[in-house]
Amino acid sequence: MDKFLAILTKEFKSDFRNPYILGGAGLFLLSTLFVCYITVKRIPNPSTWVALYWIIILFSAFNAVAKSFTSESRERMLYLYTLSGPGAFIASKAVYHGIVMVLLSMVAVMVYSTFFQMLIADTTLFYISVVLGASGIAIILSLLSTIASKAGNNLTLMAILALPILLPLMMVSTTLMKNAIDGIALSVQLKYLFVLGGLNVVSFALSVVLFPYLWRE
Amino acid sequence: MKLHIAFKILAILLVFFTLSAGLLVDVPALNILNETIRNLFFHVTSWFAMVFLFIASFTYSIRYLRTGSPADDLRARVFVETGMIFGAAGLVTGMLWANFTWGSYWVPDPKLNGAAIALLAYLAYGVLRNSLQDSIQRAKVSAVYNVFAFVMMVLFIFILPRMTDSLHPGNGGNPAFSSYDLDDNMRLVFYPAIIGWILLGLWMTEIRIRIANLKKT
Repeated sequence: MDKFLAILTKEFKSDFRNPYILGGAGLFLLSTLFVCYITVKRIPNPSTWVALYWIIILFSAFNAVAKSFTSESRERMLYLYTLSGPGAFIASKAVYHGIVMVLLSMVAVMVYSTFFQMLIADTTLFYISVVLGASGIAIILSLLSTIASKAGNNLTLMAILALPILLPLMMVSTTLMKNAIDGIALSVQLKYLFVLGGLNVVSFALSVVLFPYLWRE
Repeated sequence: MKLHIAFKILAILLVFFTLSAGLLVDVPALNILNETIRNLFFHVTSWFAMVFLFIASFTYSIRYLRTGSPADDLRARVFVETGMIFGAAGLVTGMLWANFTWGSYWVPDPKLNGAAIALLAYLAYGVLRNSLQDSIQRAKVSAVYNVFAFVMMVLFIFILPRMTDSLHPGNGGNPAFSSYDLDDNMRLVFYPAIIGWILLGLWMTEIRIRIANLKKT
């Protein structure tokens, strides 16, 4: 637990000292949002609104998570693994990416909903869907980007590996968000909420279990 | 050695029986379905065989991570390859059936999309294997991905379609095979067909493993 917290604080400290990496990811997100605004202009239909939002989040997540792994040299990664153990390392990476993605997606929601106005009936569930969806994407990408980094940090490979695996998560979070905009009753939403939370837990647990087999490579 | 030959003879007999009886047996003449109900012997059973082969691959990947033996890695790979053949067969037979009963080869349905995406994840497994050069690294990394992909496939094919309404028989209030035909004729073909395709899959896997071993020496 101490090691986990130590790596987590190290991640935030290094971001604080070198804000360009995270700033780059944020700027990528903002530019993408602006491109969408310029090209799409108006979205009257909630399903399209939700779909475009998650596509933007998905691609900025690829960018943010992949950057975080390329920024560290192989030697420094090995040093950290041996200091902390692989389990604590991947857990802290996943939590760190989760926090970063939740922050990015919150910023995205604000900018996105000023560009494209949408009346949201159930705000609590709407934000829950944003948080759980973004954290799930971040957790899954943390493990998959280490896999892709074994094959020379190839972004195409990461997209091929991650997209099919991310799709269940995307399907559930888009449905949850769409229903929250429409104000569907909680009793219907509960099962989506449960599955989305479960996906987060399962992918986190799988990462912690599987990463120790990867790290020495 | 005797058992070895017996299972191949059984595979030939069962597949031959499926092909002949599957096309000749009396089936209940049901509204809309009519003769297309025979697809049960080919489509449903190929998915059963595919799931069986992917489970085998998953267990060998876990075994590889525990033992590190190259033979387990080879088995995991070949089981995925034969599983994909049955997956493709299931997809094609399903599409033909859909064209006659739903009027289109592909409909936007959670079950269909889930199946297609599960196959994409396993194609990505193949791409991942080919992009890693070192054989031990390839084995480890792809075993980790296989475990991850399998868990997501289970979620995709078995859990998500049950949450939403689907056109597919067995979902969303549509009757599945057990409720149309407590017709014993069909069961008499259906169960042997499942065993027949699975045995054929095992046989194909065995041959491919032998070819791979011969290529190595």
